Amino acid sequence: MALVRLRGPLKQRAGDRSDHAVEGGTVGELLGQLERAHLALDGWILDERGLIRRHINVFVNGEGGREDTPVSPDDRVDVLPAISGG
Amino acid sequence: MTELLLGTKKGLFVLEGEPGAEFEVKARAFAGEPVEYALRHPGTGRLVASVTSAFYGPKIFYADDAAGEWEQADGIALPEGGDEALERIWVIAQGEDEETLYAGGDPGVLFESRDSGATWELNRALWDHPARPHWQPGGGGLCLHSIVPWPGDPDRLALGISAAGVWLTEDGGRTWRQGNEGLVAGYLPEEASEEVVAGLCVHHLERAPQRPERVFMQFHGGVYRSDDAGETWTDIGAGLPSDFGFPLIVDPADPDSAYVIPLTADTDRVTPDGRVVVHETRDAGASWTERGDGLPQQDAYLTVLRQALDRRGEGSALELYFGTTTGEVFGSGDAGASWFTAANHLPPVYSARASR
Repeated sequence: MALVRLRGPLKQRAGDRSDHAVEGGTVGELLGQLERAHLALDGWILDERGLIRRHINVFVNGEGGREDTPVSPDDRVDVLPAISGG
Repeated sequence: MTELLLGTKKGLFVLEGEPGAEFEVKARAFAGEPVEYALRHPGTGRLVASVTSAFYGPKIFYADDAAGEWEQADGIALPEGGDEALERIWVIAQGEDEETLYAGGDPGVLFESRDSGATWELNRALWDHPARPHWQPGGGGLCLHSIVPWPGDPDRLALGISAAGVWLTEDGGRTWRQGNEGLVAGYLPEEASEEVVAGLCVHHLERAPQRPERVFMQFHGGVYRSDDAGETWTDIGAGLPSDFGFPLIVDPADPDSAYVIPLTADTDRVTPDGRVVVHETRDAGASWTERGDGLPQQDAYLTVLRQALDRRGEGSALELYFGTTTGEVFGSGDAGASWFTAANHLPPVYSARASR
C-alpha cells in the first residue's frame, strides 16, 4: 500500500494522524479511498467531480502528481496546501 | 445590545455595542479564512456560517458560541461524479418554520436544512431545472444570493440568482418558474433571445413583510419593485444618483420603505463623487431621500457588497448597519437619519447580520 502523508487541517481531520497506508492504483483512487475512510475529510481534498481542489498540491515521491498519476505500493504521496493567498 | 456578525475576507467577526458608539470585537472565528455569511438562528441561538477555504472548498459550520468549537454541517455538496463542483455558499436565510434554514450558492444552487443547519439537502427541482443550461454567471459566479421567504407560508419562496434572474415557487420548492417580466437589462441587446434574457443580473431581493406580495430589487442597472410577488417589475430608480449597486434592505414596519447604497456604475463600483450616502424611500420608490449625516462625505470611494447591509428592529427603533470592502462598519440607530462608525480597520466585509 502507498503511504499518504497529510499536514495541518487535513491531518487533524484524518484522526490527527499524518501517515496513512492506502490502497489504490492512481492518486485519485488513493485520495478517494482516504476520504471514505475518514468522513471528516470528505470533500476537503477532492471536489464532487473527483478532482483535486485547485489550491491543493499532490506530490508522488517528490514529483507533482494529478488524479490520474499512477501510484505503486512503495510510493509516498504528499498532500499539501499550495502557497497561495491574498 | 446589538450583535453584529461580520463575514470578512479573513474570518468571522462578532461585534457587540449600542447604537451611537464604537462596537467591540467580542470574538473572531475561522481566522484567515473567507467567511461569506453568518447568521444567528433566532429560535435556537445557534450560529451558522459559510466558509470558503481557498484550499479545502466551501463548507457550512455551526456552533453555539463563536469562540467555541464549530461543527461542520453535512450535505453541503453537489451530486458526486457530475461536471460541476460547489464554488461558494453566498447566503444563509431563515425559513418560515423554526428549524428551517436555506443556503444559496454557486453554481445557482439552493440547499435546505430542517434541523437548524446541521444537515442540508440540495433542492433537486432547481438543480435539475431544464432552463439551467441557459443560465449565465455574473462577475461573482453563478451565485444564488437572495432567498426571500413569504411570512406565514413556508411553501412560497423567491430566489435571486446572478445572472439567472428571479425564481419563484409556491409548492415548497418542488417546482420553480421565472419572474422577470419588466426587467430591462441595459447590458444586453434589445433583440436578445428569450434564453439570453433569462440571464438577468439580479443583485439583491427583499420582501416587505407586512405586504408580502411586494418585493424590492437592486438590479445590475436599476432598482425595481414588484407588487405581485415577483411576477412583474417596475423600475423605481428615478431620483437615485446611479442605478447600480448591490445591497437593499427594508423597514419591516413599512411596506413602502427601502434603503439602497448606489455605486457610481458597473464600471466604477465605488460610492459616487467620494460621498457615502444611503438612499431611503418611504413611498415605494416614488421618491428617494439622501441619508448621509455622519457618513464620510469627502474623498470616500467605498464599496458595499450585496450582503453587507442589514437591519435590526423596525419603525422608529430601526437600526441599520453596513460594512465596506475597506473594513469600515457604519451604523444608524434612528432609521438612517444619522450615522456613526461602529468599527474600523477590519478585513474586507462580505456580509453583515444584526441581531439580539
